[in-house]
Amino acid sequence: MSLLLRYREGILALIIALMVTGISLYAPPFGTLSNGVGVLNDTAFLFMMALAQMIVILTRGIDLSVAANLALTGMLTGMFNMVFPDLPALIYVALALAIGGGLGLINGSLIAFLRIPPIVVTLGTLAIFRGTIVVVDGGSQVNTSDMSSTFAGFPKLELFGLSSVFWIAAIVAVLAWFFLGQTRSGRGLYAVGGNPVAARYCGISLPYQQMLAYGISGAVAGMSGYLWVARYGVAYVEIASGYELTVIAACVIGGVSIGGGVGTVAGTLLGALFIGVIVNALPVMQVSPFWQMAISGAVILAAVIINARAEGRALKLILPEARRAAAQAKR
Amino acid sequence: MSDHPTTSPQSRYTVADRAPRKLSAFLLRWESILVMMLAAVIIGNTLKSPYFLDPFNLADATYNFSEKAIMALIMALLILVREIDLSVAAIVALSSLAIGYMGEAGYGPLPLIATGLAVGLVCGAFNGFLVTRSGVPSIVITIGTMSLYRGIAQVSLGDQALTTYPQRYLDLGQSYLFDWPPTPLSFFLFLVLAICFAVFLHKTSAGRQLFAIGANPVAARFSGIRVDRIRLILFTVSGLLAGLGAVLLTARIGVMRPNIALGWELDIITMVILGGVAISGGVGTIGGVVLAVFVLGLATFGLSLMNVPGIVINVLLGLLLIISIAAPIVIRGQSGRR
Amino acid sequence: MTTPQPVLSLSHVSKSFPGVRALHDVSFTLYPGQVTALIGENGAGKSTIVKILTGIYVPDEGEIVGAGKVQHFASPRDSWAAGIAAIHQETVMFDELSVAENIFMGHMPGGRFIDWRETKSRARELLSRIEADFDADAPLKTLSVAQKHMVEITRALSHDASVIIMDEPTAALSRHEIDELFRIVAQLKAEGRSIIFISHKFDEIFRLSDRWVCLRDGEKVGEGLTSDVTEPELVRLMVGRPIDQVFPKRDIPIGRTVLEVKGLTNATEFADISFSLRKGEILGLYGLVGAGRSEAMQCVFGMSQPTRGSVAMEGVALSIREPIDAIHAGISYVPEDRQDQGAFLPLGIRENITMASLAGHVRNFLLSPLSERMATRALGGRLSVKAAHWEQALGELSGGNQQKVVIAKWLATKPKIIILDEPTKGIDVGSKAAVHDFIGELAEEGLAVILVSSELPEIMGLSDRVIVMHEGRIAAQFERGKGTGAAAWSAEAIVAAATGGPMQEHAA
Repeated sequence: MSLLLRYREGILALIIALMVTGISLYAPPFGTLSNGVGVLNDTAFLFMMALAQMIVILTRGIDLSVAANLALTGMLTGMFNMVFPDLPALIYVALALAIGGGLGLINGSLIAFLRIPPIVVTLGTLAIFRGTIVVVDGGSQVNTSDMSSTFAGFPKLELFGLSSVFWIAAIVAVLAWFFLGQTRSGRGLYAVGGNPVAARYCGISLPYQQMLAYGISGAVAGMSGYLWVARYGVAYVEIASGYELTVIAACVIGGVSIGGGVGTVAGTLLGALFIGVIVNALPVMQVSPFWQMAISGAVILAAVIINARAEGRALKLILPEARRAAAQAKR
Repeated sequence: MSDHPTTSPQSRYTVADRAPRKLSAFLLRWESILVMMLAAVIIGNTLKSPYFLDPFNLADATYNFSEKAIMALIMALLILVREIDLSVAAIVALSSLAIGYMGEAGYGPLPLIATGLAVGLVCGAFNGFLVTRSGVPSIVITIGTMSLYRGIAQVSLGDQALTTYPQRYLDLGQSYLFDWPPTPLSFFLFLVLAICFAVFLHKTSAGRQLFAIGANPVAARFSGIRVDRIRLILFTVSGLLAGLGAVLLTARIGVMRPNIALGWELDIITMVILGGVAISGGVGTIGGVVLAVFVLGLATFGLSLMNVPGIVINVLLGLLLIISIAAPIVIRGQSGRR
Repeated sequence: MTTPQPVLSLSHVSKSFPGVRALHDVSFTLYPGQVTALIGENGAGKSTIVKILTGIYVPDEGEIVGAGKVQHFASPRDSWAAGIAAIHQETVMFDELSVAENIFMGHMPGGRFIDWRETKSRARELLSRIEADFDADAPLKTLSVAQKHMVEITRALSHDASVIIMDEPTAALSRHEIDELFRIVAQLKAEGRSIIFISHKFDEIFRLSDRWVCLRDGEKVGEGLTSDVTEPELVRLMVGRPIDQVFPKRDIPIGRTVLEVKGLTNATEFADISFSLRKGEILGLYGLVGAGRSEAMQCVFGMSQPTRGSVAMEGVALSIREPIDAIHAGISYVPEDRQDQGAFLPLGIRENITMASLAGHVRNFLLSPLSERMATRALGGRLSVKAAHWEQALGELSGGNQQKVVIAKWLATKPKIIILDEPTKGIDVGSKAAVHDFIGELAEEGLAVILVSSELPEIMGLSDRVIVMHEGRIAAQFERGKGTGAAAWSAEAIVAAATGGPMQEHAA
């Protein structure tokens, strides 16, 4: 399986490389280093949000509330900044992580302890989080002029031309890789998603793993909320509206199985990069940005159908000649 | 724990035809709870606002939920068989786009309606084809087709709008079908379709088979049920009714923009879940969905009469959804155990 | 036998669930180097004991004493720490993960952060101890059922457990694989481990166990040394009355041919399956697990499409694309996995029973509740379904009654042919006899019956003819009381055909 996955991730990487080459030939500015940096910077939010979503999907769950969480936490940190300007930026990051994580734990507890299906819970909290923005700010906006320089400046810091948002996404990716591959809790996510009954017999607690997954998902969404608001200089009720579906799309393209228990960090990052490349290529190719949605829809369907062929029900190998043929094919 | 009777197979047990009728069991039925919720909404709103019980106001209120409610009927059947269609709102957009173009081209009401329905049908059939052929969960497929369908609408229209429609078509969405009681066409269609769906689901053999698929798809196939064909039909009907929704919505608002009906899929799913259809499949009634439509529709209407902003109403409806699902679980104390 | 230091003892353990008393005042003791058979009918409380010992359930009363002190198992981890590991009835594993990870899931070496090198090397070491022929890195889903079982055993070994519970470990294994398992059990015994062995198969109990403990209705009804007891005595203890283990072969006139299958073949599962079936006949289909019997029968029933071959009913060729076509032709198939492939747990008994024959209850396009209720009463009554009322959800019934409802669903289609796939798998002695009687009744009523079974006594006791499958093909046919030598109606000959070669050992 891991071999096949690597194989599939390889294919995805190859497709992205071909796409980049093709687009660069057609529109040379796309192939430049600075544009590449731009793509990575623009896709940074999608990288981390998709990784967090993958962690939830691994447990057979789904978190539809991430974009609403992003908007609400972004708004709350923005308002906090109006009251306490000029604190170090990391305080805002920590605050956003805490608020977002708290919102995620609300999802987690409804799912883990009341056993309400994740899609129902996060559909409800999606509406609640978004609406709460209006309740807390009375329908107004937080604009750049309201933001202190430490608050607004942080996401625009650069290292090697890459923004701090990208570097944070990189850190998230490394942490996710380490967490999912090298820790018991991380492997536990694969276990509860792969076979919940077996996980229970192994002493792995489903409620713990679910709280963990939705907490992480919320925390990453919250942190993205602060970075988003500061970077784009505005917080209002509609920001990142519908973004949850882009995030899920990145996971699906990256080979994360909605059925749980299957997904890799590399695949998910490639899935996000795929969408990022398309989004950035359209203006360069002077194609209307309205194409973005249609293309990502077509790509999701293509990715899904290719995966489905790979996972289709195989006949059992009972006849001796069939077994021999399969053994030979393997060699 | 199972226990096997060790007596001979000839022995007979006395088994009643149906459960003894108990008031508590009746009152704890989900539909009864919804009726109580509906009564509370009506009483509360009547006390709060003198305008609430006005027939014309109520008739206008139905405009805001009838199109969604029609689509909720088929969504209920999809969720009952463990499927979901997230692309319905995008199908509305695509159908509405086609209606808009036909309007610009100067066609009359009938071709417009036929086009809207046909586009919906084709989109729905495409969903069904992908779901049944690929074996991929429909939530994934319809996230994809949602982007595809709405994307096509965006590509075609950009930031433009289509606003040319024949008056007789617009009248369909903007005038009453009957003057007394004042009944908009969309609401009338919803009621008729609700009766059809209820009879189909609860009284016909095909309807019964939907419960079987939802309860256990593998056993359903073993029992001679053509599971994939039924799935394909349900997705196709879902598209068709989304096309109908587009016909009614476009006529009502008289303008087509690519963001038309944005986010409706979530509103519709909320109606279905509040209506007591289990997301895990096999459980649900059309009566429950209809009651949930009224609870949500009248609550929204009442709150807007009180000048509560729409987004705050969404918060309240989100809370209502979660509380209504969580409350029975908490009361029965079913958490923790499994 | 000298009495060594006990490894673990249960004393006065009780456990209740709402409405059910699962265990009442059960006590027994385990000794090192001994195999203790835990026997009892389904629902006698065996699984509850397993779940208490593995920390899934907490007992209401009583205590577990191990290592000289009272143990409290709040989770599987506590139970591992006390040296108890279980090999569960259903293979509870992670298909997408590697063998090594399956072995160590829940207790990966290295603490909070996993030491992968250590994990793999320890997994390899354990696998080599039981002489497994696959690598620790292999993804689990590439393994066969028997290999997965070896992973389960390795998992138990990985805890270095002093007590190993085996809950029906042989249910899905072929004879050869069972021998392999018994070799490992002997090895574990020699290492001084204590084993709880749960099985419905008496030959295994007598071959393997040193002691036995018998449960009935949640209470211990006896225990002792296996060498001091006989099978009839155990059966009487289990069911509370003696059971006639003799199969009452009914004398039924066999009519004309109803089903004719010719050359049925698909790509990888079975080839050249040809047989005929006559009215009133019981045709046994014997073979090892994984010989392709269910696959071939499901193909006849329309669950899959053959690449070649034909099925004819009363001389008319059938085109079966879907199970519904088979049902219309008069073929019923009662699947092996009745819970997953047959039962609609949230639906009522009436809805379950009529689900495969709804067309017969339609009046003026609508279902007639009256007609459904009459069919339900008739079939539910005939099969002695025990329930409060016919609208009760199937999930609320006991396992045995659920099975009856599933069988009733198939009888409701008024079949001419009924294919029963492992009809007594996992059911206890008392219910088995009832099922055997019932099969005879069906044939008496003129149905043609195909009995797919892995239990030789059952096959030989009931069938008029036996077809043996081996590796996807028909290896031999036997006719009751006829033939000589390799074709003789004998257990030896049938087993030899099923194993694809000369006999290695006497059949059960």
